Amino acid sequence: MSLDLFAIAAQPFTDFGFMRRALAGCLALSLGATPIGVFLLLRRMSLMGDAMSHAILPGAALGYLAFGLSLGAMTVGGILAGLLVALLAGLVARSSVLKEDASLAAFYLLSLATGVMLVSLKGRNLDLLHVLFGSVLALDDGSLLLIAGIASLTLGLMAVMLRPLVVECFDRGYLRGVSRWSPVVHYGFLVLVVLNLVSGFHALGTLMAVGIMILPAAAARLWVRRLGPHLGLASALAFVSGYCGLLISFHADVPAGPAIILVAGLFYFAALIFAPGGLLPRRLVGRSHLES
Amino acid sequence: MSTPPPPALARASWRRLFSRSPAHPAPGAPPARGPAPSIRLENLTLGYDRHPAIHHLNLTIPPGELLAIVGPNGAGKSTLLKALAGELPPLGGVVHLPGAADTVAYLPQQSEIDIDFPITVFDLVALGLWREVGAFGAIGRAEAERVRAALVRVGLAGFEQRTIGSLSGGQFQRARFARLSLQDAPVLLLDEPFTAIDSRTTEDLLRVVVDWHCDGRTVVAVLHDLEQVRRHFPACLLIAREPIAYGETASVLTRENLRLARHSSEAFDDHASVCHRDPEPRP
Repeated sequence: MSLDLFAIAAQPFTDFGFMRRALAGCLALSLGATPIGVFLLLRRMSLMGDAMSHAILPGAALGYLAFGLSLGAMTVGGILAGLLVALLAGLVARSSVLKEDASLAAFYLLSLATGVMLVSLKGRNLDLLHVLFGSVLALDDGSLLLIAGIASLTLGLMAVMLRPLVVECFDRGYLRGVSRWSPVVHYGFLVLVVLNLVSGFHALGTLMAVGIMILPAAAARLWVRRLGPHLGLASALAFVSGYCGLLISFHADVPAGPAIILVAGLFYFAALIFAPGGLLPRRLVGRSHLES
Repeated sequence: MSTPPPPALARASWRRLFSRSPAHPAPGAPPARGPAPSIRLENLTLGYDRHPAIHHLNLTIPPGELLAIVGPNGAGKSTLLKALAGELPPLGGVVHLPGAADTVAYLPQQSEIDIDFPITVFDLVALGLWREVGAFGAIGRAEAERVRAALVRVGLAGFEQRTIGSLSGGQFQRARFARLSLQDAPVLLLDEPFTAIDSRTTEDLLRVVVDWHCDGRTVVAVLHDLEQVRRHFPACLLIAREPIAYGETASVLTRENLRLARHSSEAFDDHASVCHRDPEPRP
């Protein structure tokens, strides 16, 4: 029996190098991308992450068209396209009557259309699938180093910026009044979002990179109230999702990316039903009230 | 913050980069902020999109003044406060307020705080120490003690670990006052601080305001309750897009002045032509 459990839960990773790499990639993503997702969620920018993930597509496509399936070119292209869209959207929002969401929507849609156009001009459908859905089971050394590097950078910068970032999230006006940090953390955070989307896109593709950011963050928010536990629990949920998703993918022979996101989705639904902030406890506990 | 920040990470130099105030002495001890400066407004015109909200205001607020700004809705009271806080560049004229960003603490009428954010009352109020601890400085035992003292002063003892979302409107305003007093600024600007606040909370917070006045700080507050102004504020400015009267409260809040203020405010015109009293007309 215990041998069976070992064979199911651990053997794929002990026997196959590509599974170990995939697991390492998931660990890095859950430590880097998921905390970013927590702040996206708390700033009510969850959908902004989705928009940005579409925005990086043309950059990656251009890199692919120019240099083939080159990690460096697609990464640099994706980062540049993401930063360009974020910057343009920010500029338009500050200097016209359009709000940030409208200008971001405009630029990311243009960017997405450009990306699809570029990919279909020259590539085959298979390539498009790779860009859209990633390939966590085919991470090479370069990709893994990139993902781990971005995760390390993210953790480091977030540790440095934590206090201003938190204040920027919930009381921007005050931060502007007492310091010059506000634009620094605003754009610094956007850069981190783009970097982590690019890192996630190597593993999960542009479409699902946001999933590993937002789903664990949303699930954790339903369980805990404080920021510290929120960050920790979200990362843990993201990693467990990655682990379970990889196992399901291995045993059931299904694509890994969607499996990971669907497991994260299961955690989200479980939290939605059973967590203190979810549906059931509110119904049950809400009946009788306390003395004070 | 609940998470301990990294230890003194090149604190001094970072603070010079990102804080608007010079480095402070001895952390822990309340820093000696300079005495309140006198504030001088010279032919000040404020507004949005060239439409003035206030015309040609000349005013000197001496240091340590406890000043109420009174006037009908749309009289430009909040606009004036915003300009004093340095958040609104004037259309014309000058605000003489030495070291504005450093000396002024401003309580906007509408709090921009997202009360759903998972942060405790303690952490919120501790942000009042930003000028001292900056982005990286630790909240040590001495600082934590000052945060607790500020909470006691506004009647929020025991609320340290509550999340800000669980506070009532009055309690939340108390917490904002606690943060404001920790900012330890020589000049305090309060925009309708007691609107939609019950009488007991108002009384408690008024006591804090009077304490600030006794410390020698300048307090400028936009208020609507004339009785309150008569009882607690020695000086008063009555405006209705133009100054109506300024001086000792009793002499300002006369029936004739108030009638004048109401009338001026009603005479608002959307299609006004360019103002010719302005010595430097805008293009």
